[in-house]
Amino acid sequence: MAEGQPRVGLFVTCLVDLMRPSVGFAAVKLLEQAGCTVEVPQAQTCCGQPAYNSGDRADTRALAEQTIQAFKGFDYVVAPSGSCAGMIREHYPTLFEDDPQMQAAAEDLAGRTYELVSFLTDVRGMTTVDSRFEGKVTYHDSCAGLRELGVQDQPRKLLGSIPGVELTEMVEHDVCCGFGGAFCVKYPDISNKIVTAKTDNIMASGAGTLLAGDLGCLMNMAGKLQRRGAEVEVRHVAEVLADMTDQPAIGEAASGGSD
Amino acid sequence: MQSTSHAFKDNARAALANQTLQKAMKHVKSGFIDKRAKARARLPEFDALRDEARDIKNHTLANLDFYLERYEEKVTASGGEVHWTATAEDAVKAVLDICRRVDAKVVTKGKSMISEEIALNQAMEDAGLDVVETDLGEYIIQLRKEPPSHIIAPAVHLTKEQVEADFRHHHQELPSERQLSEPVQLVAEARQMLRRRFLEADVGITGANFLVAETGTSIIVTNEGNGDLTQTLPRVHIVVASLEKVVPNLEDATTILRVLARSATGQEFSSYTTLSTGPRRPEDLDGPEEYHVILLDNGRSNMLGGDFQDMLRCIRCGACMNHCPVYHAVGGHAYGWVYPGPMGSVLTPNLIGVDEAGHLPNASTFCGRCEAVCPMRIPLPKMMRHWREREFERHLSPPAVRIGLGLWAFLARRPKLYHFVTGWQARLLARFGRARGRFDALPLARGWTKHRDFPAPEGKTFQQLWAERQESQAKGKSAS
Repeated sequence: MAEGQPRVGLFVTCLVDLMRPSVGFAAVKLLEQAGCTVEVPQAQTCCGQPAYNSGDRADTRALAEQTIQAFKGFDYVVAPSGSCAGMIREHYPTLFEDDPQMQAAAEDLAGRTYELVSFLTDVRGMTTVDSRFEGKVTYHDSCAGLRELGVQDQPRKLLGSIPGVELTEMVEHDVCCGFGGAFCVKYPDISNKIVTAKTDNIMASGAGTLLAGDLGCLMNMAGKLQRRGAEVEVRHVAEVLADMTDQPAIGEAASGGSD
Repeated sequence: MQSTSHAFKDNARAALANQTLQKAMKHVKSGFIDKRAKARARLPEFDALRDEARDIKNHTLANLDFYLERYEEKVTASGGEVHWTATAEDAVKAVLDICRRVDAKVVTKGKSMISEEIALNQAMEDAGLDVVETDLGEYIIQLRKEPPSHIIAPAVHLTKEQVEADFRHHHQELPSERQLSEPVQLVAEARQMLRRRFLEADVGITGANFLVAETGTSIIVTNEGNGDLTQTLPRVHIVVASLEKVVPNLEDATTILRVLARSATGQEFSSYTTLSTGPRRPEDLDGPEEYHVILLDNGRSNMLGGDFQDMLRCIRCGACMNHCPVYHAVGGHAYGWVYPGPMGSVLTPNLIGVDEAGHLPNASTFCGRCEAVCPMRIPLPKMMRHWREREFERHLSPPAVRIGLGLWAFLARRPKLYHFVTGWQARLLARFGRARGRFDALPLARGWTKHRDFPAPEGKTFQQLWAERQESQAKGKSAS
């Protein structure tokens, strides 16, 4: 480990781990470019949000304790998701109001935890990225990143430093996509109505690529765009920033791919 | 009113399939959101005022008994009477008793959500009274025998074509060839029909946006002036209000007024802000002979000191529903009771029970936009989550959800086992999904694939690939 480099624990997030590991590697590349040493604790699974938002406080606390333990000692903890980073930063400290020791540990972790893109710009001072990407992109502001962590200008700033990127804002770019975790399967018809409106706006923007910072929202929007036969590629913003867009976009087959 | 909140899913499905409703709901999005944003932008101290407004209400709620008693003293001193009512039934009875005593025939009403909450119109009609709603939106839904679908725009679920049809049906005495397709014509006709009723009324009933402890004053805000005619022309003015409407003094009321209209309609102030203090004094030229305040609890005092106290700060501006993607999708009636949208999803289970209204706090994506725009900074998502916790504790959540969550949590709490299981899950899904890159149907994810494709995973999990990378780097190092 190089002297003086901050040690970052990557909170992979359960969705990136399972569905799209390339987002994790894009995050590692960007963090290394920002002068950090990256480690990935194996004792991490999920931040606990599915349990938290289902009212299951006991499992939420258990998973929070597990995460707090797994990320002890890192200078920073970074997640390629505003939702998971928001869970750790904003909600973990409220889980242990009856346990001062755990609460202090939760607050300590919360203070070291960041969403990836805002960490790169706000903590590491990154203003440009070295990436080649050509095309019109539109950016969806995922709710937790936007409203819990204030992530809005940061990804746009870094995207703007890529010469070939033309950012075209969709109407209502800061409105929910209808994912909402378990909401989208508990109330599928309402979720469908919301994501239909969202994909209308995406298609009307004329962008060839949709980007966002949260894989749950991205899977929701990609799935709807594909069901509607839209020709819009969907990627996590880290893939474009890290110049790692060789793998197929979300929900797309490898070119000429067959089993 | 009879709740259908337990049937929220069916209500929502019907609302989504109702094309006329969907057309009308577009106005909510376009009408309210931009106007609020502009009003906020014009007032640099807007967010500071929100803090001040929140603090005023917090202080009042912490000293509620004191301010309510002060308020009653002042009302009594000004010649009015406060009727303390614990339940909806008590409040209805208090109103009916007054109407009976003064031998009322016709009752006019300004817009009041509390009167909806206690189902006052039905009770008065059953008692033989001729009840006339005088707010345009309320007048329209009264003709249609519908509840309001929004707390400040009760008929927002209707198109102007529907209103025209209703007016033609109910106003048969007017010439059938009249022009009625423009909103201004609809308003003129409603005004023409209502003018006579204002003069006939024996009792006028209004709600209250504020009750001022310092002066014993009730304040209403309206845009049509109907509230003034309702409360000044009849012999008797009855205010129906819930107890959390009280504020310490006029200064506090005006501070909150500065955020109220801006949050609601984007106006700096409503067209009318009307203050009523007691009945007509000997030197007054007009005003009612009697002034009554029906002060309603109906479960609110149980919210004090608990998880839901912050909800009592609500000033009923409607900003939360105006900005809610779920409300936009299904409209207010789907929520099944008086209060729709995020504020309703928190308040309704408090008032009619979580067994009946359990869906409401679940039907939210937790996008947080409601909290972001709430002028009183009420943490609405947090309180919806409190309801979900209570439902989970009481085993009211659906069994499939509990079983799925239990299984997932069992794995997620055991990282080694979790990584083993997710490892083969990812590979299996990737293998089946590789050809197309996605699935259009998945046996355990029908709620998802009914409406959208599900992407295939890339193959190995990040943890597997990371372990491989670490291993090859270590080998590379030892070989060199």
